[in-house]
Amino acid sequence: MSDPVSALNNAQQNTGIVTISELGPMGMITLRGDLTEKALIKAAVAAGGVTLPEPRHCNTEGALGIAWMSPDELLIMCPYGDVHDRLAGLQSKLAKHHALAVNVSDARAVFEISGPHVREVIAKLAPVDMHPDQFNGTMFRRTRFAQVPAAFWMPDAQTARIVCFRSVAQYMFDLLKDAAQPGSEVGHSA
Amino acid sequence: MSTRLATGGRLLNTAKPLNFTFNGKQLRGYAGDTLASALLANDQMLMGRSFKYHRPRGVVAAGPEEPNGLVNLGSEGRFEPNQRVTTTTLFEGLEASSQNHWPSLEFDVGAINMHLSRFLPAGFYYKMFMYPRSFWKHVYEPFIRHSAGLGKAPKARDVDTYEHYHAFCDVLIIGGGVAGLEAARTAGRSGARVLLLEQTDHFGGRAPVDGGTVDGKPVDNFVEETLEELGKMDNVQLRLRTMGAGVYDHGYVLGYEQLSDHAPEKPGPRHRLWRIRAGHIITATGAIERPLSFAGNDIPGVMLAGAMRDYLVNYGVSVGDRTVLVTNNDNAYLTAIALKHAGLDVPVILDARVLPQDSELVAQARGLGIRVLMGHAISSVKGGKRVTGVAICSQAGEGAVLEEIACDAIAMSGGWSPVVHLWSHCGGKLRWDTKLSCFSPDVDNPPTGADGMGFVTTAGAASGMFPLDDVLHDAHAAADGVLTSMGIKLPRDIVVPNATRREEAPMTPVWMMPHGAGAKLREKTWLDYQNDVKVSDVRLAAQEGFVSVEHAKRYTTLGMATDQGKLSNINGLATLAGALDADIPTVGTTTFRPPYHPISMGAIGGAARGDTFQPLRRTPMHSWHDANGAIWEPVGQWRRPYAFKRGLESTHDAVMREVKNVRDKLGVLDASTLGKIIVKGPDAGRFLDMLYTNMMSTLKPGKCRYGLMCSENGFLIDDGVVARIDEDTWLCHTTTGGAETIHAHMEEWLQTEWWDWKVYVANVTEQYAQIAVVGPNARQALERLGGMDVSKDALGFMDWADGTLGGFNCRVYRISFSGELSYEVAVDANHGQAFWDALMAVGADLGAMPYGTEALHILRAEKGFIMIGDETDGTVIPQDLGLNWAISKKKDDYLGKRAQARSHMADPTRWKLVGLETTDGSTLPDGAYAVGEGRNDNGQRNVIGRVTSSYHSPTLDKGIAMGLVLHGPDRMGEVLTFPGVDGTSYEARIVDPVFYDKDGEKQNV
Repeated sequence: MSDPVSALNNAQQNTGIVTISELGPMGMITLRGDLTEKALIKAAVAAGGVTLPEPRHCNTEGALGIAWMSPDELLIMCPYGDVHDRLAGLQSKLAKHHALAVNVSDARAVFEISGPHVREVIAKLAPVDMHPDQFNGTMFRRTRFAQVPAAFWMPDAQTARIVCFRSVAQYMFDLLKDAAQPGSEVGHSA
Repeated sequence: MSTRLATGGRLLNTAKPLNFTFNGKQLRGYAGDTLASALLANDQMLMGRSFKYHRPRGVVAAGPEEPNGLVNLGSEGRFEPNQRVTTTTLFEGLEASSQNHWPSLEFDVGAINMHLSRFLPAGFYYKMFMYPRSFWKHVYEPFIRHSAGLGKAPKARDVDTYEHYHAFCDVLIIGGGVAGLEAARTAGRSGARVLLLEQTDHFGGRAPVDGGTVDGKPVDNFVEETLEELGKMDNVQLRLRTMGAGVYDHGYVLGYEQLSDHAPEKPGPRHRLWRIRAGHIITATGAIERPLSFAGNDIPGVMLAGAMRDYLVNYGVSVGDRTVLVTNNDNAYLTAIALKHAGLDVPVILDARVLPQDSELVAQARGLGIRVLMGHAISSVKGGKRVTGVAICSQAGEGAVLEEIACDAIAMSGGWSPVVHLWSHCGGKLRWDTKLSCFSPDVDNPPTGADGMGFVTTAGAASGMFPLDDVLHDAHAAADGVLTSMGIKLPRDIVVPNATRREEAPMTPVWMMPHGAGAKLREKTWLDYQNDVKVSDVRLAAQEGFVSVEHAKRYTTLGMATDQGKLSNINGLATLAGALDADIPTVGTTTFRPPYHPISMGAIGGAARGDTFQPLRRTPMHSWHDANGAIWEPVGQWRRPYAFKRGLESTHDAVMREVKNVRDKLGVLDASTLGKIIVKGPDAGRFLDMLYTNMMSTLKPGKCRYGLMCSENGFLIDDGVVARIDEDTWLCHTTTGGAETIHAHMEEWLQTEWWDWKVYVANVTEQYAQIAVVGPNARQALERLGGMDVSKDALGFMDWADGTLGGFNCRVYRISFSGELSYEVAVDANHGQAFWDALMAVGADLGAMPYGTEALHILRAEKGFIMIGDETDGTVIPQDLGLNWAISKKKDDYLGKRAQARSHMADPTRWKLVGLETTDGSTLPDGAYAVGEGRNDNGQRNVIGRVTSSYHSPTLDKGIAMGLVLHGPDRMGEVLTFPGVDGTSYEARIVDPVFYDKDGEKQNV
């Protein structure tokens, strides 16, 4: 087997008001099922290595994590190399339950943007209230960035991770570069 | 002449001179100037020509309401027409040129239109261009095209960038004058999130120009202190150069920020479109002064009184040495007083009113030695390209001249109208204020939100409150009311500042000056400067039956220019009302629509230009294709290779080569874009039986089946191969364009109709790079990669299996869309390019070549396979295509079954799919119609069929086509006639649509 190559092969840009990097292959599993079911929660927590997040939140710890995607969907995150084992574990634990777990690691591109203007750059592209009182902590948002669907969260106050479909990785990178172009600081914080 | 005074100019930085050009002439201004004030300072009063009559025009206002001062700005990639001189900030190197003149601004041939004006009355477009008919093409249209539009359209690509910004706040305040600032101060102290937008580059609005004191100090101090206080509030944000452009439903507002129009060298985007969601909106948008309607009121040098004051106080510019003031209100006296204080001459004030006693301002003017004539008016203005004097008459009469006075400027004021645009955008109603003779917001009928409550409140002059004291109290009350309605408590210690009150005498409405002006004067009295609409035009429209204000507007073009009638609106309505003998409020207003003032197309587009105009979807092998001669074809948002060109060959030759190579050796296709949707659950089989016309629940694990999907109306919407993965899991392939819509279609049925069925779906399209390995050498290539058994016995036609090939984990489907031995190999997308490379390496001596979508189309057409979007167009059912074999008779129901039983769907005269073969081997034009006997009711030839796909087949070396034909399958062998668009005709024989390997022996090896 070859080494996995993500959509933009870890492309970076450091000349704008935030730094932008494509993070390379990450393990991701879509899990659909009854999120109140104990067996499912147990299996998800085992696969994601963190506790179950509240609706519209995500819990992450390094490469591990669980994001709440919808009332019947979770996104489980893990190192790319672990995904087959974790998926197999999930599937066997849930064999007797009505649930769907599939590998979507390769269907995604993940970007990290960081710097003091992270909130502004996101607000240029996504219709989300980025005031620190409104979006903070472990919050996770499924939204759109300009014309494509995306989801994001903020691991810390000056960093955001953005997930989109693999096929539009270049579009997302171009969008972020535009939104971060030098001189485009908004200076809006309320 | 207009000139810069030695002193004054509160917004100027005279230490920073700026050079600019107007029509190539080198001129000089200062930092802080607008283009208008800088032009006036250089005695450039003549700025353009009007639209219809090409009348010489100078600036008449000082803000966004300016109708005349429009110029071409910049050059090449920064060229922009119709830029307002009054809202354009001067910068070093600015290049402006005037519009709508030929050959020059000073001498213009089109001005002859004025002498033809009796042939160009209101509605002349509708009257004149009807007859004779031949004149339209040769005389009228060229003439209209030549004179249409004011500026020139830009030709070069815009070099700037633009962006959007999403903002949220509790209270959005539009307007940074004293009302907006006071509202912001009040709202800010409550702790609410406040955003204030100001369209100009400075706060304070008109107040510092008009003067007055707040809490005993000059109003300038109040502005400064308030700004200082607001600057300390973290919850309050102020934006200069940002206009509130439009108010929409649910508190949605567009703001238009001009970041670098005043400083083109600044890095970053030029404009930013603010997309704001506000809890409540306060519009503190001020008021606009109205012109007076008198003969010659459009001659350069005639200006609004308030604007003249602005130029004097803000920019130290005097418009003329001798200024006559004409007014119907007290406020305009401030201009005469200010001019006098600046040492300029005001020979006379013509006041249309007859006041019983002098008000404070009238007395002040008289005290300065200004001659004030009560009850007087302008009969006509003297001058051509510049005012030279006025003929004075009495307002009550018909214009008999009493006296002529020489002057080089005229300041006029017909009273003030609140800027109600933003209040009205979303449905706020207006009421007629008889005291101020203007429409002001009807506070009982605001624009309402989802809760039925008003979400816009006006403050200050926008409410019709003009005295400074009233403005401040109204602004405070507006903020207070808004916060209370939002359940936010106001601190008790807030004190509304007190401003000085000045007793003003009431204004008198004056809609025509003099009151009894005859036809001759009315024909020279302008209402809409930019579109050349005169009092006589509106009266003619009324006389011809255009009694509705909306009709009269379109008939006369009143208010249809780029200023959207900001100056002409009320005067035009009043003129119409007068002609109809009706009250102004019963005539009503035209509709106020966003944007308030033109905004750039670039700002609206935002990031959607250049590389990011649209998302362009790329497969994992996209760059390889690009480097290997791919000619791209858009398929939805994907780009797919249409063909891979080698060397100097033509695209057609490349396609022919690719088809032959697949038939003879080995073709490789990037099929990653095809949709892949996992459907799982105890009810998945039942669900798929409903979605597809054929049976999917009976499919065995390890097997594939081709399926058709119809809409509820019975029409074909998608097709593809379904593979059963395990007992309760299926994988559905969709068309490239169908992946997202079919996924949504599935979710919709599961969420809204069959919510109790135990089924989950997931769209895994992009998880896999899927590569079709096609041709007689396909098996050999895979065997060279090695790993899993791909022999006929282990992996038969329509089987699938998981395994490895060349060390890659993969799933291999033995399916064929070409009629050849074919495998589709799915590997994880992150390994897609590596697998492709490995395959190309082992296949090199087997003749492996990539092929594109056109070869794919030809290969499938040779086999008679249909293509969604070619053979179907949203009106085609499977039965039309002879696909009855794929419609299960055993099932009680499937989506579309009921619709397909309806009489029109079961009609035997529906056109049916056949193959078509030209008698001479040529290729039929795609989309051509076959003609039958006779003609229809419109005299057109009757049609009996059409071509749905047509190609040159390199395999058969002739043209092949498919088409839908009336009674087609029953007419095998018949020859039909297909007229081409070039006058030629094609003859084609009806044949079986399967042109190649009808028994399927080649794919089944």
